[in-house]
Amino acid sequence: MSNPYAKLPGWVEYGLIPLVNLAVAFLVAGLVVLLVGENPLEAAYHLINGAFGRGEYIGFTLYYATTFIFTGLAVAVAFHAGLFNIGGEGQAYVGGIGVALACLWLDQTMPWFVVFPLAIIGSAFFGAAWAFLPGWLQAKRGSHIVITTIMFNFIASSLMVYLLTRVLKPLGSMSPQTRTFAEGGQLPKLDWLLSIFGLDIGTAPFNVSFLLALVAAFGVWLLIWRTKLGYEMRTMGHSPSAARYAGMSESRITVITMMISGALAGMMALNPIMGEQGRMQLDFVQGAGFVGIAVALMGRSHPAGIIPAAVLFGVLYQGGAEISFEMPSISRDMIVIIQGLVILFAGALENMFRPAIARLFATSSRRAAVVAQTKGA
Amino acid sequence: MDSIAIELRGIDKSFGPVHANKNINLKVRKGTIHGVIGENGAGKSTLMSILYGFYQADSGEIHVDGKQVTIRDPNAAIAAGIGMVHQHFMLVENFTVLENIMLGAEESQILNKGIAKARDELKRLEREYALEVNPDAVIEELPVGLQQRVEILKALYRRADILILDEPTGVLTPAEADHLFRVLEQLKSQGKTIILITHKLREIMAITDEVSVMRRGEMVATRTTAETSVEELAELMVGRRVLLRVEKGEAKPGDVKLSVNGLTVKDGRGVTMVDNVSFNLRAGEIVGIAGVAGNGQSELLEAISGIRRAVSGEVLLNGKPINVTGHVDPKDLRDRGLAHVPEDRHHVGLVLKFEECENAILGYHHDKRYLNGVFLNVDAIRKDAEQRIAEYDIRPPNARLKTANFSGGNQQKIVLAREMERSPDVLIIGQPTRGVDVGAIEFIHKRIIEMRDQGKAVLLVSVELDEIRALSDRILVMFAGRVVGERDPDATEGELGLLMAGVEGRKEAAE
Ligand SMILES: Nc1ncnc2c1ncn2[C@@H]1O[C@H](COP(=O)(O)OP(=O)(O)OP(=O)(O)O)[C@@H](O)[C@H]1O
Ligand SMILES: [Mg+2]
Repeated sequence: MSNPYAKLPGWVEYGLIPLVNLAVAFLVAGLVVLLVGENPLEAAYHLINGAFGRGEYIGFTLYYATTFIFTGLAVAVAFHAGLFNIGGEGQAYVGGIGVALACLWLDQTMPWFVVFPLAIIGSAFFGAAWAFLPGWLQAKRGSHIVITTIMFNFIASSLMVYLLTRVLKPLGSMSPQTRTFAEGGQLPKLDWLLSIFGLDIGTAPFNVSFLLALVAAFGVWLLIWRTKLGYEMRTMGHSPSAARYAGMSESRITVITMMISGALAGMMALNPIMGEQGRMQLDFVQGAGFVGIAVALMGRSHPAGIIPAAVLFGVLYQGGAEISFEMPSISRDMIVIIQGLVILFAGALENMFRPAIARLFATSSRRAAVVAQTKGA
Repeated sequence: MDSIAIELRGIDKSFGPVHANKNINLKVRKGTIHGVIGENGAGKSTLMSILYGFYQADSGEIHVDGKQVTIRDPNAAIAAGIGMVHQHFMLVENFTVLENIMLGAEESQILNKGIAKARDELKRLEREYALEVNPDAVIEELPVGLQQRVEILKALYRRADILILDEPTGVLTPAEADHLFRVLEQLKSQGKTIILITHKLREIMAITDEVSVMRRGEMVATRTTAETSVEELAELMVGRRVLLRVEKGEAKPGDVKLSVNGLTVKDGRGVTMVDNVSFNLRAGEIVGIAGVAGNGQSELLEAISGIRRAVSGEVLLNGKPINVTGHVDPKDLRDRGLAHVPEDRHHVGLVLKFEECENAILGYHHDKRYLNGVFLNVDAIRKDAEQRIAEYDIRPPNARLKTANFSGGNQQKIVLAREMERSPDVLIIGQPTRGVDVGAIEFIHKRIIEMRDQGKAVLLVSVELDEIRALSDRILVMFAGRVVGERDPDATEGELGLLMAGVEGRKEAAE
């Protein structure tokens, strides 16, 4: 009764509607390209070609997707408990400390498969710690998480500048970064995975943290839908008063959820630090924490939605770089506008076309029913 | 006078596998009040939602004043002269009455002109139908009865000739309900047509001209109200004879299970809601708390069940204190044998977005049989839920269905099944049958009495005096936060009514 639109079948809800939103986003983006006097079809070609045209490009697309899976999952976990964690950016940044410490400590003596688990733990620990404080402040002091996590992004940024210019920088170096890790601090590429499909990875930094991201996605699914904690998180997310009635502690769930969310965001740091650069640099997160919000929105906070959404944003990043390379009058900022449009239509305006589609669907199913009836008669 | 205002022909509607309306035919005569009754989930709200354009029928025709119309959305319904008052109001809480009434019917871009016109029009409507309300009052500050009046005014302002009311009295106090009925009579005498959905057969008998009965998606009968009886209607609805008052034997009260001493509770604004209340609840008895809604009953239940902190007082459960003035863990209370069916099943007792089986463990999710370590034992949860669905005849029998898609009565059974199944020592129940059909009421009442006969202590809060009188072994009447009297269940309605209105109580308290 309270839902004015009839429930739609799964394929419409999770397939058709997101696709229509996406199509409209690209259409509007095309108009913007037209406006700056370029050919939108050409831009579309470069976008697709840049993302999928070669094994190397695909490698880059998936490399970005890996990053976005982590940050998307981080946002989604918090969403389920009704918390809006905008601090993925800062948590990922601080998570880098854990990765760097593990690598700097053991890279010269240990192989990667020993360093990697420690780096995972380190990144998750530091990310969780950075999310713990806003969680705790909300639980005990009522400071709203949206505000505190944004503030913590700025604090993280200052902290990392300090660490990278004063503490972690090797003596005598002029750039704000750690030393380059030895082999033990660098993750192997997934060239074998692409070569199964006959693709050559080239220089793309597509690496084993992609597999970790998939495991994390499965882990999040387990957590949310198959554990007691996940059940409590969802109860609180849907109805805080029901959670209170059921004897669930709001402050406990808030703090734990934020820590899990922060840990996932922190693990993102593995991909650029161990997987690509082989060192920790200033600003290595590059907005991935914020992209995670869009990914979670598009993926409806479900791991099975987050993975394709992360790949989509990977395409936009990689293909977008290709557009600005091939079509100089389309600057990097234009690409950001296109990404913004996708977020707008797929996230914020997600329901814009729903009534029309629902109506279309209702009439067509009615016709089908009438046809079925006349056939039956 | 005998013309037909609304005719539905062959309306059919399915939600996936649920066939909510099957080939429904209905004629509503102009200038009459037409009742629609039926069990929970019979399809009443669905049918009305089709008439009001919220849902589209899969097939069938709608005729208004003899002309076939297509009602694509609520705007089309309004254009056809159909207005609807929803069970859950659709008002903007922080707008004034006038702003709410104008919303969506502004007529011009310049608000000022419209506002003046609307104010005049509103005055006229108020005079014509005796529907006074201050146009500048903010909605959230009005009692529900008045909010509902605003909904009616909204429909009239849009020139509705046909008014649909879906369970309008569920949230009203008896006095408010009486007033609503006078308004409906008035509207009828002005030639408006009214469709009234309700579970209270007494209301049907009192006010309708004709009544149609739905059962499991079908329209099974239409009767002239004057020529039928409550018993016949109940039987038509459920398809078998219904006991309108469940049999129960003598109570055999045992030990005191719950003891409340000098409990005082304040609400968020510091207003005293429960004022120095004391009583004992024994094993094997049902104590009913009667009173007009809003006299502290809700707060009393919340304080005892650990959801709301009390200011002072003492509560003993099985002789051991509950820390009602400090932090109470509701889980701890459950472990100690206290179960609670909250009044507000939509926001407290259930998570509407959950699957049925997920709600079936709410609050009992720590139970070892539902867990494998930190993981949920999904098989055990579903199996248990299915078993209870069968036991409590919850329809449709699907543990994976989203709870919001169950009808009100079945949602209530989900909560009751969960809380009763563990056979607690003390069961506190708020409004067990709000919005529940007669068949389910009979079932729920039987279960409550069964619990008592098994030696459980039951504390019952209800604004339905009939229900209190039918179930209770002792009745406490609450007025303005105080217990103003204790009566036997055979006390007359008039006597209890006076106590509830605070008339008798003052005298008694003074003595
Ligand atoms: N949006 C929906 N999706 C799926 N099933 C639905 C939906 N709305 C209603 N139903 C189902 O359709 C049937 C009829 O529901 P409806 O709400 O019309 O009943 P009702 O007669 O108004 O009951 P109540 O007296 O409890 O309000 C029920 O079985 C219900 O579960
Ligand atoms: Mg209904």
